Amino acid sequence: MSEPVSALRGRATSGSVQVSDMGLQGMISLRCDLSFGKLKALSKDLVGAPVPALREAQVRNDRAALWMSPDELLFLMPHTEVDDALSRIAKAMKDQHHLALDVSDARALLRVEGPFAREVIAKLAPVDLHPDVFGPGQVLRTRLGQIAAAFWMTDAQTFQVICFRSVAHYAFDLLEASAKAGPVGHFPRGT
Amino acid sequence: MLILHCPHCDRMVDETDLHPGGEAHLKRHGPEADAEAFENYLFMRENPKGVHFERWRHVYGCGKWFLAARNTATLEVYGTYPAQTHQPPQTIRDTITERQPGWAWGDFR
Repeated sequence: MSEPVSALRGRATSGSVQVSDMGLQGMISLRCDLSFGKLKALSKDLVGAPVPALREAQVRNDRAALWMSPDELLFLMPHTEVDDALSRIAKAMKDQHHLALDVSDARALLRVEGPFAREVIAKLAPVDLHPDVFGPGQVLRTRLGQIAAAFWMTDAQTFQVICFRSVAHYAFDLLEASAKAGPVGHFPRGT
Repeated sequence: MLILHCPHCDRMVDETDLHPGGEAHLKRHGPEADAEAFENYLFMRENPKGVHFERWRHVYGCGKWFLAARNTATLEVYGTYPAQTHQPPQTIRDTITERQPGWAWGDFR
């Protein structure tokens, strides 16, 4: 058997804002009608959280349910649980038109953590990241430099970022450079 | 730089997060159509200086299409609406009429 490895093999930087590879992460992309009744129980079962509403991130420790688009959710869970989760999804959704796909190994998950983490991301993405507008509990899909990425906050100083595996090194280098360049002082520190 | 409201994500989105999709409200004429209708469908575009209706795709975000009513000369945006709409909503037409009395675009006015 081949042994699964993350694209960045545990790469990490030091500094006041640290960028690090979060290693293997189970991810399941589910496309379906999000108003489907049984989805509530399914989301509870998979990640222990309700179905995320518009632009919402429901994070529970190492699990999460993220709103990706009006007909798409992303479930995060430990890498070893994906197969089991897929069969539970197939069971719960068997009468409903849907697509559930294991995308764990197609993506990379990074963490950006530190007092000005918000500015590290804000420098790279064309979105309003003011603390009044974006905070824990929300998710944004946008652009980081030249690549597509999605990110959410787990607390006031921590971002988690997902991107395609093939561009994981670019994402890491970009975040590292942005962190190294230091704070801009645009947002209040530690928010 | 344009900043448009994505009706699917309900947030303002930067132009660099979007992919342009050309003119909106095209009526498709397939291979069975007569040559002139097919040519019109395939090649003829409004290209106005002023009020215009366009398709945009929120490519770095939700991936969904939406339509935008805007002014190519002033860059004013009158509004955006989902792509599953056969003609501009009345509220957007009213906004345009208020800003550009007597406007016309294709069959819309």
